[in-house]
Amino acid sequence: MNRIFPWLMGAVLVALPFVYHQPYPLHLMVLVLIWSFAYTSWSVMGRFGLVSFGHGGFMGIGAYVSALLWNHFHLTPWLGIPLGMAAAAAVALVIGYPSFRFRITGHYFALLTLALSVIVLQLVTATREFTGGSLGYTPERYNHGDSIYALQFPGRDTWYLIALAVWAAGLLIRWRVDRSMLRYALEAIAEDEDAAAAAGVHVTAEKLKVTVLSAAMTALAGALYGQYQMFISPDTVSGVAVSLQMVFAVVVGGLYVLLGPTVGAALTISLTETLRVWFGTGAIGWDNVVYGTLLVLFIIFLPQGLLGSLMAWFGPARVRGR
Amino acid sequence: MFGIFDIYFLQAVIDGVLLGGVFALLALGLNLIFGVIDVVWICYGELLMAGMYGMYYCYTVYHLPFLVAALVSIAAVGGLGVLLHLLVIAPLLGTAPLNQLLATGGVLFLLQSAATVLFGIDFRNLGIRLPILDVAGMYLSYARLIAFLVALAGMAALYLFLSKSYIGAAIRAIAQDRQIMPLMGVDTRRIYIVTSAIGGGLAGLGAMILVLQYDVQPFVGLTFAPITFLVCVLGGLGNMIGGSVAAVLFAEIISIAGLYLDLEWGYVFAFGIFVVLMFFRPQGLLARRRS
Repeated sequence: MNRIFPWLMGAVLVALPFVYHQPYPLHLMVLVLIWSFAYTSWSVMGRFGLVSFGHGGFMGIGAYVSALLWNHFHLTPWLGIPLGMAAAAAVALVIGYPSFRFRITGHYFALLTLALSVIVLQLVTATREFTGGSLGYTPERYNHGDSIYALQFPGRDTWYLIALAVWAAGLLIRWRVDRSMLRYALEAIAEDEDAAAAAGVHVTAEKLKVTVLSAAMTALAGALYGQYQMFISPDTVSGVAVSLQMVFAVVVGGLYVLLGPTVGAALTISLTETLRVWFGTGAIGWDNVVYGTLLVLFIIFLPQGLLGSLMAWFGPARVRGR
Repeated sequence: MFGIFDIYFLQAVIDGVLLGGVFALLALGLNLIFGVIDVVWICYGELLMAGMYGMYYCYTVYHLPFLVAALVSIAAVGGLGVLLHLLVIAPLLGTAPLNQLLATGGVLFLLQSAATVLFGIDFRNLGIRLPILDVAGMYLSYARLIAFLVALAGMAALYLFLSKSYIGAAIRAIAQDRQIMPLMGVDTRRIYIVTSAIGGGLAGLGAMILVLQYDVQPFVGLTFAPITFLVCVLGGLGNMIGGSVAAVLFAEIISIAGLYLDLEWGYVFAFGIFVVLMFFRPQGLLARRRS
């Protein structure tokens, strides 16, 4: 059962757009998949106690680099997105190396990376001649928005399949990290850095690996979001609010389980949409009232997140939280 | 040409000092909380927002005299601080520090959206127009001058309270050793509640100052909170003198860079320099060397 189940779920998810064509639910599912991928990317490093509030910055770098290269140099996103990911990885390296070398951990690391979010946000606003500033930015349409070269597709089903593939790849990467030596090294570091170092773990190098990986994945999420929505703004893909949203959705879903970030994304997005459908425009703000309350309650009563706690109660004994 | 440039530069420097005073006051409450309870209130900016709304409603809507309005909102935000401590922080005191950080993050969303629901997203202000002072050709904002003086007074009052009063001594003792002091008969819970009230009250005082110069809206916290955090971190979390130095440093960078470029570039430089400084002084600018 446990072996067939993922394949079965996968087949259902792939087949879905071929039998189901409602544009709005499909749109929501694409959003859930893209954000799930972003949250999963964050959790790749977050689950080892490396709580970054800078991932809004990485996401913004990915989105803006590829969109700017497309509009200003007509460079296809097929090259622009890898460049954006490389840029985010480079920033992660520049921020990460000294932080890890000089042992900036815990609160200090969280607040240091918060500065990164602010810098990216303000940089986008300051260079408004190129980036559109806080008004946002739109990649130019090419061939009426239907082109593989420009990575623009009119149909939601195409985007659904792309997002699904990227999301699955994100899960696979996290799964691989979980089964690698890197995981043991990082868990040791999270427990006690000095002891890990004494046991022969290269603390700085191991932390850098996972940070760079996580940053590059997050940049991909940002770029995909931009290509799908054809509109990016500092509010939606970068800045402090996005970084916070990323951290909290993962906490609600469950940091230590593979599908936790996905559950977090599905939960938060469906909460927002449900309240919006129920209350109409009167709902502005209510989603976050519920969300904020849930968040506080979760951290106090269910620190392993929704899925993490469910799995700890009902799952096999080897699934354990921390 | 040079003369004109010079006076603008001087004005930017003085503006920076005044702004630094405000940042220092904002950082004071957060620093106190961190130093004593060892938690970071990520929702500190939202407490400021609450205080600013308090001022707006007391002063502009209910027409209370300014000082009464200020006292009411300071007390209200202090009460909010106590609530925050009792409902959110206290249940999490024994758990991983990051859980406390994240839980107050939840409160951030809660307060921000509660404000959206209650007050709407309109920008509001007190409607007080304070004059601009003309000193030797420089234009200095009266509001900023008041803010700076209040900030100084607030710091002095906190210093006196902590160094002279009995409970202040207990607070300092707890900050130095959280394990031993309860054994010596200090009631930690009570000290934490008092500290949270003072920390919240300082946020209320900060809000009173901010509302003289800035409009209130539900997301105003996100404008000031990052700066406040970075001021605290750069000064060394819990180190109040370091915080003031860092506040002035930050404000000067923002003010002077804002003179030559845009305000946004000021922030980019300030936060960039913060990141670089962190690498050299991870424990804060004026950190005592610890083993």
